[in-house]
Amino acid sequence: METTLKILVVEAERERARDITEALVDGGWANVTVMESSVGLARAIVDADPDIVLIDISHPDRDTLEQLSIASDARSRPVAMFVDRTDADLSQAAIGAGLSAYVVDGLQKNRIKPVLQTAIARFNMMVKMQSELDAAKRALVDRKTIDRAKGLLMQARGVTEEEAYSLLRKAAMDQGRKVIDVAQALVTSADLLR
Amino acid sequence: MRLTPVNCGFLPLVDSAPLIVAQTLKFAAQEGLDLNLVRQPSWSALRDMLALGHLDAAHMLSPMPVVMSLGLGGLSAKIDALMVMSVNGTVIGASNALADRMREVGWAGGFGDPVGTANALLAASPTPLRIGVPFPFSMHRLLLNYWLQSHPACSDGRLEIVTIPPPRMAEALAEGALDVFCVGEPWGSIAVQRADATLLLPSSAIWQFSPEKVLGVRHEFTQTNPRTCEALMRAVYNAARWLDVPDNKPLAIEILTRSRHLDVAEQTLEPAITGRIVTRLGTPAVDSENFLMFHRQAANFPWRSQAAWIGEQLAQLHGLDPGPAQQTAKDSFRSDLYRRALGPMSVDLPGASEKLEGAMVHRTAVASTRGHMILGPDAFFDGAIFGAAPSKAPIT
Repeated sequence: METTLKILVVEAERERARDITEALVDGGWANVTVMESSVGLARAIVDADPDIVLIDISHPDRDTLEQLSIASDARSRPVAMFVDRTDADLSQAAIGAGLSAYVVDGLQKNRIKPVLQTAIARFNMMVKMQSELDAAKRALVDRKTIDRAKGLLMQARGVTEEEAYSLLRKAAMDQGRKVIDVAQALVTSADLLR
Repeated sequence: MRLTPVNCGFLPLVDSAPLIVAQTLKFAAQEGLDLNLVRQPSWSALRDMLALGHLDAAHMLSPMPVVMSLGLGGLSAKIDALMVMSVNGTVIGASNALADRMREVGWAGGFGDPVGTANALLAASPTPLRIGVPFPFSMHRLLLNYWLQSHPACSDGRLEIVTIPPPRMAEALAEGALDVFCVGEPWGSIAVQRADATLLLPSSAIWQFSPEKVLGVRHEFTQTNPRTCEALMRAVYNAARWLDVPDNKPLAIEILTRSRHLDVAEQTLEPAITGRIVTRLGTPAVDSENFLMFHRQAANFPWRSQAAWIGEQLAQLHGLDPGPAQQTAKDSFRSDLYRRALGPMSVDLPGASEKLEGAMVHRTAVASTRGHMILGPDAFFDGAIFGAAPSKAPIT
């Protein structure tokens, strides 16, 4: 699953960019693009639509990335991971604060791979947590809608809760729709008729 | 005496001058501070370093403390703006080619006609009109939006605001990646000198008194180090006052040129400091009144109403509830701490901490602790007045 991640490395220094790319490919992430910073960076990133952007914490183009992360919606947001050159304390503090900062420079090339693995694993975990949270929230909203629809049916048709749910499910199956969609339509219509 | 070390972040812009002067002319040392200026590569980096506690204080775009306190984008932290470090001082410019097309559709030129310039700009430019700003949360961005968004010719999708680091602005314009830019000096003058740019307006043409940079610290730092904060405010205040004395300007340019903190040439610093702006290569400089103010007209006072305006604009741009956004904004501009730090120095302080933003069309005498305060003008280009009448609540 990790191999499908599209990773963009913003790095002007050829040798460093090559080290990072090789480490990524070694680690099983084949979809890596390297971009030098340029005035067209913002557009290039939008076009490439990466899952992760790797950029040095002290890179002057960080402000451009900032705009992109605000502009795009949360799920498609490119996440910048800041690869710090010098400051180990800072990277610890940043990780604590929810940023992913990793010391790369000065390390042996063979250290880059485990460091990035940890970083990307952490990123995946955060994405997963976010999508689980979203799913839980959606389920809660759905259940409330279905409860309201059941209530409407119970009142209008004088049926029990169970019967109301069966009616909803039957209507959904007949129409080839989801129960939540039928319930939503019912609730919307009822609101209109009120 | 042992000096208290303070790490203060800044970006290499002319309006970081109060910090450089506070250090160079020993205003900081007089207050018992060892002011260590730490240059930052980007506003995002500066924000993160401040939020993570690697910087104690920072030269910040005025919306940044509000944005960080609201938790919009990037690392959030409760940040206090202790004082305003500079008012106005940014420029809007276009490529010479676009400026020429603007003339063809009737632009009269000059450097101070916001309505005529907007008409010509929107008539002569392509869609989308690509405008470069240094940071998504900046006074540049808020003023551009305020200036153009309500123009009748400005439909959805007409503007494309792009973030470009200031040192790249000239290059982006020269390469055709931008049509227009809004940037702090010296980068506008550098675009004129190197990239065939024409300056169209100073930011003061849109709002005559906009807080541009503030001195920001973490809220927790103001709680735990009140003495250090007060000393820092006094040092920056004294430096700002020194900078606005006309006789000091040549020396100020000299200090900034020699400073290792800014590495730009003398001729690119002079326009902002003197307010004599060359808007196009080969044309004479124009005098731009109140182009950049460090101290005059109570420039350093962090008006809660200025913060409220910022909160209101951010709420509009980012779909927030305007009431709470304004309140968070007001809470982050610490006029109470400013009064506490500077009152004992016999500084003339205004009688209220909020004013009707935009209400002063002329210079106006206002109530103050020592009775010598003259403010304004602070009008918006469209004549709007922002804010409610000052409340009777105790002044904070």
